[in-house]
Amino acid sequence: MPETIIELNNVWKTYYMGNNEVHALQGISLKVKKGEFVAIMGPSGSGKSTAMNMIGCLDVPSKGEVYLSGKDIMNMSESNLAQVRGRKIGFIFQKFNLINTLTAKENVILPMILQDMTKQERELKAYEILKLVDLTDRMNHRPNELSGGQQQRVAIARSMAMNPEVILADEPTGNLDSKSGSTVISFLKKLHKEKGTTIVMVTHDEHIAHNAERIEYIKDGKIEKVKHNK
Amino acid sequence: MYKIMASKLNRRIKEYFMLAVANLFHRKLRSWLTMIGIFIGIAAVVSLISLGQGMKDAIFSQFSALGSDNIIIQAKQATFGPPGSSAANPLTKDDRNIIKKSRGVELVATRLIKAVQLDFDKKTFFRYAATFPDDSDGRNFLIERFKFKIEKGRFIEIGEKNKIIVGQNYAAEPVLDRELRVGDKLSINKKEVEIVGILAKTGNPQYDRTIFLNEEALREIINLEDRIDIIIAKTSNEEDVEQVVETIKKNLRNHRNVEKDKEDFEVQTSQQLISSLGTILTIVTAVLVGIAMISIIVGGVGITNTMYTAVLERTKEIGIMKAIGARNSDVLLIFLMESGLLGIVGGIIGVCLGIALSKTVEIIAANALGSELIKASFPPVLIIGALLFSFLVGAISGTSPAIQAAKLKPVDALNQE
Repeated sequence: MPETIIELNNVWKTYYMGNNEVHALQGISLKVKKGEFVAIMGPSGSGKSTAMNMIGCLDVPSKGEVYLSGKDIMNMSESNLAQVRGRKIGFIFQKFNLINTLTAKENVILPMILQDMTKQERELKAYEILKLVDLTDRMNHRPNELSGGQQQRVAIARSMAMNPEVILADEPTGNLDSKSGSTVISFLKKLHKEKGTTIVMVTHDEHIAHNAERIEYIKDGKIEKVKHNK
Repeated sequence: MYKIMASKLNRRIKEYFMLAVANLFHRKLRSWLTMIGIFIGIAAVVSLISLGQGMKDAIFSQFSALGSDNIIIQAKQATFGPPGSSAANPLTKDDRNIIKKSRGVELVATRLIKAVQLDFDKKTFFRYAATFPDDSDGRNFLIERFKFKIEKGRFIEIGEKNKIIVGQNYAAEPVLDRELRVGDKLSINKKEVEIVGILAKTGNPQYDRTIFLNEEALREIINLEDRIDIIIAKTSNEEDVEQVVETIKKNLRNHRNVEKDKEDFEVQTSQQLISSLGTILTIVTAVLVGIAMISIIVGGVGITNTMYTAVLERTKEIGIMKAIGARNSDVLLIFLMESGLLGIVGGIIGVCLGIALSKTVEIIAANALGSELIKASFPPVLIIGALLFSFLVGAISGTSPAIQAAKLKPVDALNQE
């Protein structure tokens, strides 16, 4: 039985807009196990982004528990959580979210700096990952000198910097043309297949979601159904 | 364990330093504008302190040569200026005799210091004339005390009326149109006199630009009757200087008929004179530096403003950093370092500007006044202090924005557009 990396247990998230309560999540429970490739699907406003924030430990629930490697994140200090997050979770965002003042390589190195890796280790590792995403020739360019597809590949490289247990991809192809999009997806599949990396991908695109082994459908802040591929 | 933490922190500081530099470079124009406030302030503070200190050093070194067993008596001045120039109730020969008879006084020397009109080669100049007493004890004491030495020619003899000697500068530079030589004739307040000697450099720029003649001679030329500008009393070896000061004060009070603490004269030891001058300079410097500090404070507010803007602009970046593992303390450190850097780079430029400024003042003063009194001095503590201070101003100014950045919730920061 593979171990559970992230577990959401009856998670609620409530926002207050004036006097109105908005329940973005209404008791979601799901488990992400080691080595899985999970897609989370739902229309916009379904709560999938909020769910993604919970899975990525970027936000805390209003009610319910989130466990990261078996530990309740509510019991962790914010700094501690940030460190654990940096080590265990790699993020890929729809809008790439690279730091514009840094080069591609520096962007990949940044998480390693935050985890106190030594300089030699970092340089070696960054080169290795950038080679994996075919960007060694562009590694000294800044994000604004790269195409969208290239930027997303830098983001993938960055997400892999600490060999995280899970990579969270939030609409990774949302801002890309279909060709770049499929390149990105193929990288994620490769990572999953060859390195056994756990991948959680949020998307509203059924076609892309079908690359995953399991699809969790979210609607109105709840899991509507689960579909297993293959 | 502690060691590992320390080395980690050390490494982080180094890394974040590079990040901070990159960020500042990315916003070059804004960084420069922000630093202007700091470096103008630091430049002003550095140059004011260095000039103030330089003046103090120069005065101290001149006065320390005077010896501590001398007592200087002058009438109280209404305004600044050479001794006696604006006294309401000047000293007279009677006062001199009272002092001379005071217990513990070995001998006295009297002096006049007056601005006079010099006519030379059909041109008119105004310069200071100082006198030697017409008694040999007083004269020898004065010559020894101020270490006057003749470079060319001879000293003036007691009783000589139309002979003068001149300070070194008159011979070395065209102070009066051309360099003067022994034998040159010029007139003081229309009375013709002859130069019989030229003094060697005294190290005191005032004296090097003064002409010297006998007291009685000057008295005749400008009709001073029996007033005296300054009296220097030498105490006998075994006497306590402070005690003698009190005796002289008492005797003069009786003679001039004034009450205690309402004296219209001043009796000071050389030591007191130095320290009172030093105090005045310190106060003047402090007031000026205080004013310059306002500029630094304004500069600090500028840094705060820039950093708040930076936090707003980079909210998303902060969110990204937090998502990929930055702790609150990391974000805090990066922002503090940026504002600290703004401060210290401003400080470095300010120190360089300040040094340049005070050197310029020094050169201009030397050329215009012919005085070496204003000599900029840059003690290491001033330079290091200014740099440290500018870094602190930067860091403190950036504290509040940095805390705001550090406290941002990752999810909120990431959703910012």
